[in-house]
Amino acid sequence: MSRDRRYPEEVSGPFESPPLSFIDRTDREMKLTPYDGSKEDKEALVQMYLDFDPSDRAQGIPPGQESRIRTWLDTILSDECLNVIAWDDQTVAGHATLVPDGDAYELAIFVLQAYQEAGIGTYLIKSLLGYGAANDVRKVWLTVERWNRPAVGLYKKVGFETSNAESFELEMAIRLHKDPT
Amino acid sequence: MKVLLGIGGADDSIKALQKTIDRATATNDELTVAIVENPNADRTPNEVEDAVQKYLDEAKLSATIRHVEGDPGSRLVDIAETEGYEEIVLGGGQTSPMGKIQIGQIAEFVLLNSHKTVTLVR
Repeated sequence: MSRDRRYPEEVSGPFESPPLSFIDRTDREMKLTPYDGSKEDKEALVQMYLDFDPSDRAQGIPPGQESRIRTWLDTILSDECLNVIAWDDQTVAGHATLVPDGDAYELAIFVLQAYQEAGIGTYLIKSLLGYGAANDVRKVWLTVERWNRPAVGLYKKVGFETSNAESFELEMAIRLHKDPT
Repeated sequence: MKVLLGIGGADDSIKALQKTIDRATATNDELTVAIVENPNADRTPNEVEDAVQKYLDEAKLSATIRHVEGDPGSRLVDIAETEGYEEIVLGGGQTSPMGKIQIGQIAEFVLLNSHKTVTLVR
């Protein structure tokens, strides 16, 4: 996984860092907070992934069974990773994560079906990128299934550019800070 | 069954090797291990051959080992179709730091072009 990736020269942003609140397109008041390492946050995330529609899985994640969900969350909620949670009161509506990969980070975002198409993904990814930029993350990449036009559109809108179109999945990348000179 | 296992030197290939040898031991499959040149792999073809021999010895299984030169995907499909194999077995892909499964270019080619059954080992 350590082969060279191309990143845009241009820095994207600035993006606002969490915590922040917004009203979604169906008038729900949503809150965005960084994952605080608490048991409560983790259990709320487990519940979101238990409720996740399997047809929205991508490249094997989120996994389908509770034990696998927990093992997977243990990896992406570890100290080196950056996580932002979208809350509707006590319910997790969405979750976005940055996982270290050499000198860059891999990004993924998940929005629960009942909360899709309400603009939440846009707020969530922007606030994760803001949180990343505030924590000195320079470069971020992701893969997305090429037929997933809404997701590709969202990534392009916030500044991701296609970095590799030769695989099964489309690879996209964004820059949050310039390389040190 | 006559099985063609195609492996490069990536981690998923080694996992496919172990599982395929276990299965061949249980089912008496006639196994050929084709070692291909995968420029993205962490191991050289000779290191892969050593690993293959080691697992075969441990399982007390005999299998044909051959080195395949040229484009891995098209060569595997060609060998399977012209030499009477019933199944091609390949590694099931690498996993990103996030845990996303990513299918390699060899598997992609074989899946789309093979007229024989293809198994990806997870």
